[in-house]
Amino acid sequence: MRIALALMFLCLVTYTANSAAATEDLNTTGSNTTDKRKSGYDFMGASTQALQNDDSQNPAMLWVKDGEALWNREAGKDKKSCASCHGAAPKSMRGVAARYPALEEKSGRPISLQQRINLCQKNHQHAAPFAPETPEMLSIESYVGLQSRGLAITPSRDAKLAGFIQSGKARFEQRIGQLDLSCADCHDNYAGKKLGGATIPEAHPTAYPLYRLEWQSLGGVERRLRNCMSGVRAEPYAYGAPEFIELELYLAARAAGMKVETPGVRP
Amino acid sequence: MARTLITVPPTPKINTVIEIRALIQHPMETGFRPDGEGKLQPRNIIQRFECRFSSGGRSDLIFSAELFPAVSANPYIAFNFRATQSGTLSFLWTGDNGFTQAESVALVVV
Repeated sequence: MRIALALMFLCLVTYTANSAAATEDLNTTGSNTTDKRKSGYDFMGASTQALQNDDSQNPAMLWVKDGEALWNREAGKDKKSCASCHGAAPKSMRGVAARYPALEEKSGRPISLQQRINLCQKNHQHAAPFAPETPEMLSIESYVGLQSRGLAITPSRDAKLAGFIQSGKARFEQRIGQLDLSCADCHDNYAGKKLGGATIPEAHPTAYPLYRLEWQSLGGVERRLRNCMSGVRAEPYAYGAPEFIELELYLAARAAGMKVETPGVRP
Repeated sequence: MARTLITVPPTPKINTVIEIRALIQHPMETGFRPDGEGKLQPRNIIQRFECRFSSGGRSDLIFSAELFPAVSANPYIAFNFRATQSGTLSFLWTGDNGFTQAESVALVVV
């Protein structure tokens, strides 16, 4: 009995120590010079970086232009556009994408920017939502995302999200699939090294939705996560699954303070 | 209608060489890739791109390119042009399944 109690106490102490360390990690900001975190951008070759640097060369800007048109397009039975309520996106959407995933008050759960856009369509526009990863969804998300370009990723500090961030962290460290690998196995332990011909980045979601040369198209963060999951031969979560949102929430917390690059380009 | 992104310097000086950039949204499906069921997806590419410069009732072809299945999706084409006078640049992409996309941009030299 006494041994069991002592063990329990020890576990508690270790657990508290761990979560304290995690919180400390999450609060680091990109502004200090000791920040060693690197965006996927820093691992790319100069020619791919050049594509992202120049909007007139960045293919993702084609989707952004579509998104701008969608922003002003009237939809639903009330004939309301995003602009009818939010006005001009460069002003009203500045910094919004940098805060997502964010708490949805009604359900008490975190939601992604894509889900927020769908909620807006459902509740305010009374229009049919865009399915995940459709050109429409990626366009509007990239247009909203662009308005936060250059700002620091600033996840909400709402205490209600703490539990979700912790489960996201657990998912990041959970070994999955036939290859029995966790996200952390590659992206924490082997970042900067090679997996085949590709460099393993640190898995900071700084530039989504982004144009991947491999996809020849724009894609969201969940498409990327599903790629990784099928890569380790695990069954990927469905788009918009609560598991994904928790993971995205943890990734955002892990990347807090890093600059938003949306819409990025990746190899 | 395909989305395009054309970049021309706003007011280039007369007789300077400028860079004109044209990006277009297109899948450039090669015709060699099978779909989910193993059937070949039909080829759907842009075959030709051309740019004409018209000024004072004259229209000249200033750049053209032939595109092939190995060209990536959303092709980006950049070329140089000496701007001797103001006029209109017209861009034309044509391809499989009767695809055509025309755009025009005013060029104002100072």
